[in-house]
Amino acid sequence: MSDSSERRIHSRSDLGGSANDHVVSPAVYVTVFAALVLLTGLTVFASTVNLGMWNTPVAVVIAVVKAALVVLFFMHVKYSSRLVWLALGGGMLWLLLIIAGAAADYLSRGWVGTPGS
Amino acid sequence: MSSVADSARGSGTGRSETGRHPALVHHFESLPAQKEAATLGMWVFLVTEVMFFGGLFLAYTVYRNLHFHAFVQSSRHLNLALGAVNTAVLICSSLTMAMGVHASALGRRRGTVAWLLLTVALGSVFLGIKAIEYKDKFDHHLVPGERFDAEELHLEGDEARQAQIFYALYFAMTGLHATHMVVGIPIILTVAGLAHRRRFSPEYHTPVELTGLYWHFVDIVWIFLFPLLYLIGRHH
Repeated sequence: MSDSSERRIHSRSDLGGSANDHVVSPAVYVTVFAALVLLTGLTVFASTVNLGMWNTPVAVVIAVVKAALVVLFFMHVKYSSRLVWLALGGGMLWLLLIIAGAAADYLSRGWVGTPGS
Repeated sequence: MSSVADSARGSGTGRSETGRHPALVHHFESLPAQKEAATLGMWVFLVTEVMFFGGLFLAYTVYRNLHFHAFVQSSRHLNLALGAVNTAVLICSSLTMAMGVHASALGRRRGTVAWLLLTVALGSVFLGIKAIEYKDKFDHHLVPGERFDAEELHLEGDEARQAQIFYALYFAMTGLHATHMVVGIPIILTVAGLAHRRRFSPEYHTPVELTGLYWHFVDIVWIFLFPLLYLIGRHH
């Protein structure tokens, strides 16, 4: 644990701060795993409690936190180059755009009257 | 091409006479540069996968808002216990995959192979449980089509048809997810075979890392599928 917690096996590469050669400690992986299991239990529990309109947002937020843990630690993005961050961030942006665009249509349909009906 | 494959052979240990690492192909200056390019390529692929699944999640969101009651009734017929166990199994397999990548980064050949095989075993358990769940849906006529029967869901008329939309999305999303696992398992087995034949080293183990990225992505998709499909309206 002490010597290998975040030890590098190569010197810093010549890629402008890329640090994708980090070796992450198994203790970090086990901690992330435990958090993921706890959050799974939490989302199951939260679904049994009546939170009104907040049940779905809570479930989605827990899922986003779990996904972030997997991406940052299991997938090493925390230790990856800015280029990887950019590719991932660009993808997330487009995913949000497609969902927000469609939601703006479907969720607002009842707000104003439809002419001729 | 064959020269690349030849030079990659035995890359676990030595360098070639020219001082270049055998796994380093000629158009890259250094192994870290080559690895960075490969990692970026994998991430771009995974982003296309996010958009692929994103369309299905979008369709789910729209229809769930339009037909909420039918979705709640349909969701409650899914087996929560099996879904939760499968979530745990998949998270375990992500841990074993991370440990496999870790072992390969330290050059531990046997550890790499063992963790990768354990990952395959857990992935197979997931698919087995999924098969049990699918069979149950077939037995209860909950597969969209002519013989779909919404009586057990206590739905009729329009809502019975809306329940078919839920199950169509259920099979499309979990089916596409399971397909990714069916694809992933032989990839992991191949990489485990390469690791067993000493193709990797602390300097060069990019295939193990990229396979890990793919497997973790499959885990993330399930992290969203589980609450959205299994946990709607459990409190009603």
